[in-house]
Amino acid sequence: MRKVWDFHGGVHPPENKSQSLQSPLREAPLPTYVVLPLSMHVGAPAIACVAVGDKVKRGQLIAEPSGAFSAGIHASISGEVSAIEDRQISHPSGNPGPAIIIQSDGADESVTIEPIANYMQAEPDLLVKRVRQAGIAGLGGAGFPTHIKLNPLSKVDTLIINGAECEPYITADHALFKTFPEKVIQGIELLAHILGNPKQILIGIEDNKPDAIDALKQAAAGTNIEVVTVPTKYPSGGEKQLIQLLTGLEVPSGKLPANLGIMVQNPGTAVAVLEAVAEGKALTSRITTFVGQNLKESVNLEVRIGTTLTEVLTHLGLDLEHAHKVVLGGPMMGFAMPDPNTPILKISNCVLVPSKLELPDPEPAQPCIRCGSCAEVCPAQLLPQQLFWFAQAEDHENLQNHNLFDCIECGACSFVCPSNIPLVQYYRASKGAIREADRERIASDRARRRFEVRNLRVEREAQEREAKRAARMQAAKEKQAHSASQSAEKSPSSDEDLVAAAMARVKAQASADSGSASSEQSVQNKTQALQERIENLKSKISACEQNKEQNRLASELANAEAQLERFQKQNSETAESAAVAKAEIQPNADPDSASAAIERAKAKARAQADMPEAEKLQQTLDSLEKRIEKASERVKQARTESSDTLVALENGLQKLLEKKAEAQARLSELKEESKEQENP
Amino acid sequence: MPLWGLAAWSPYKKMEIFLEHIVLIAVLTLTGLAILFGAILGAASVKFKVEGDPLVEQIDTLLPQTQCGQCGYPGCKPYATAIADGKADINRCPPGGHATIQSLADLLGVEVKPLDAEHGVEAEVKTVAYIREDECIGCTKCIQACPVDAILGAAKLMHTVVVSECTGCDLCVEPCPVDCIDMLPVEQPLSEWSWNLPPSTREVLGNMKAGDLIGSDRSDSSSGKGDRAA
Repeated sequence: MRKVWDFHGGVHPPENKSQSLQSPLREAPLPTYVVLPLSMHVGAPAIACVAVGDKVKRGQLIAEPSGAFSAGIHASISGEVSAIEDRQISHPSGNPGPAIIIQSDGADESVTIEPIANYMQAEPDLLVKRVRQAGIAGLGGAGFPTHIKLNPLSKVDTLIINGAECEPYITADHALFKTFPEKVIQGIELLAHILGNPKQILIGIEDNKPDAIDALKQAAAGTNIEVVTVPTKYPSGGEKQLIQLLTGLEVPSGKLPANLGIMVQNPGTAVAVLEAVAEGKALTSRITTFVGQNLKESVNLEVRIGTTLTEVLTHLGLDLEHAHKVVLGGPMMGFAMPDPNTPILKISNCVLVPSKLELPDPEPAQPCIRCGSCAEVCPAQLLPQQLFWFAQAEDHENLQNHNLFDCIECGACSFVCPSNIPLVQYYRASKGAIREADRERIASDRARRRFEVRNLRVEREAQEREAKRAARMQAAKEKQAHSASQSAEKSPSSDEDLVAAAMARVKAQASADSGSASSEQSVQNKTQALQERIENLKSKISACEQNKEQNRLASELANAEAQLERFQKQNSETAESAAVAKAEIQPNADPDSASAAIERAKAKARAQADMPEAEKLQQTLDSLEKRIEKASERVKQARTESSDTLVALENGLQKLLEKKAEAQARLSELKEESKEQENP
Repeated sequence: MPLWGLAAWSPYKKMEIFLEHIVLIAVLTLTGLAILFGAILGAASVKFKVEGDPLVEQIDTLLPQTQCGQCGYPGCKPYATAIADGKADINRCPPGGHATIQSLADLLGVEVKPLDAEHGVEAEVKTVAYIREDECIGCTKCIQACPVDAILGAAKLMHTVVVSECTGCDLCVEPCPVDCIDMLPVEQPLSEWSWNLPPSTREVLGNMKAGDLIGSDRSDSSSGKGDRAA
């Protein structure tokens, strides 16, 4: 006889197990339609792989798992996909979620996968693959994808089958043990085979199910599976509590049973795995307890996944109009569904339909009197009243320091609270708030990083622009300085500014062709140099006709000739492009070359520099008058042709007139000055 | 005088010298210690030098990093710097709202203040930018405005928002010349749903009307997260 340990706390609520065990387990009637939510498991939602209007059969894959941490979904009846849309999906929020809806054709045809014969000799990898194919997720309550659990990272020493079923009213596993004990044992043996035959295989079962214990013991005779009876105490069916009961080991905070080499599986999952492997059946139905005083008959039914509660409950004689409430799960951990038109999921082990007397509405919460009863019953050895205060104050730091996340939300504290404080609701809300704060913190960290990186980039780009600008400015200055010094050399006049300005004007005018002109010149220079080199080489060849170097020189000559050819070609091209550029830039200008223009301008500047100011002004006036004449002609022409450029031309004329007036004013001033000088 | 007779014996002689120079020795000892500790502190300040202002970093961690500029500073870090320098108040961050003010007050040991309405009001729901793509003309103005580079696109090509990176600062809405950016509320996935805190006892009692004897008779309309803060 194995020693059974104990865990801290626990409560003894009324068991209420007998009601649903009066009638034997049977199949629920075929539903007229099923609602199959895409997210019935922990992990990524599945992705629908059928379209509206598709005919499907029971067991056919209708939604593929998205990634490794997900489970597929199979049609649970045969019929037609009538919609893929958001529906009530038995989520505690009551919010709708995406689901596939199948209308039954009544035929209930099914498809199976090829069964694996001799599965006890098959490769575990193959079996795990099959489990994944069958879309099995833990039937106990959390809905963890089973194929991931069966592929543990570390060796499993102890496999525990959780048959405790400690929550009041629920008898789904009990009914399974009573009806199919052999299947349960075979399923456990298969799980053990997949897990590489752990040293211990234990079935933990509460002592309030003597018939189930007998049946299992009988079926397990001759195997290495040990049926262990544990005293009835809520929540002995909690994973960590059952481990403690059977092995005396406590799962450390923040660790998983796998860290201790222990794995806990639900018996329903074991049977589902067996059926998937030995019979090729996907997970399309489960055993669910329907119980409560509002039902005419309380019973365990094998019900198709996706069947709506409305249909089953009506079958069991519930008057939906007068239903007090419909609770998914048991009275301790379950949640009431506001709308019973919601489907049975892979994890739904119980539907409780109590009368008002059976499960009255909670009385209003009174202030906490710090009696400490909650701390006495907490199976996780937490301080519920302390957590309650921190939850009220939204003190996340202290909540975490007091190990809020070790709370298994069993509801024992709320059960014993004399002030009727809904403690678990506080913990659930706080856990959600902390998780959300964590998500927000991660998002804000990422935003900060992106912001900083962006700022660095913007700064770098600004610096680069600044550097470029500085370089351009430097180049322009050098050029100006160079041209200024050149003009200073050529004109000894004192009026250097004027010359420089004139030079700049001329250069700006001729900038385009001056560029091409200089390249033209350089090409010519190169051509000349190459020709010289060729001459040189030829003379060398003739000089050392007999020399061994002859070959090398000859090749060099050929090379040089090729180069010359290339340059000549380039030369002609540049000349052409220069001509084009000239034509483009100065279509009406005189065809003189840029250098000639520069020379003219320089000469003009020289001449001007020597002139007295009055004469200079006179000359400017003359030229302005000429330009005004031309401009007004152009304006006239534009007017007669009603050209687009009329406004611009008029503006230009206006400016010229202004300049002329200015120059005249200055001239008259100068004249007066000179008069004054003459007659002091 | 047996003791003084022993004074000729060397340890006592040394003691005498010690007693004669006691002040000098004390001064030298303390000076030596001062130099020693000074050196240790100097070395430590070089070795364990803290880059930047750690307070600014701490404040910056508490800010929501929307980089929206509603506080009047060009981003969360500048605002954090201003708070650390005492130039700005802690109640100028509408995206962070009451929770951020609370945590800033805790960190800095100052009084909690209501949000300064001059800088905006706390948003009810989280939003993200959404570009109506067929109306986008590809001007890149929103890309330049986005503080976290969450908008993708190029000149004369359609732009779009990377929702997972959008902080909902709405800085891109105003520069858009064709007004094709909307701020849409973020839909919360069911996996991120969580229970609300139950209404507090005081609130339940406060909501009770005369004649209400049991809690199940009360109207449930007032239970919710938003009301509780009041």
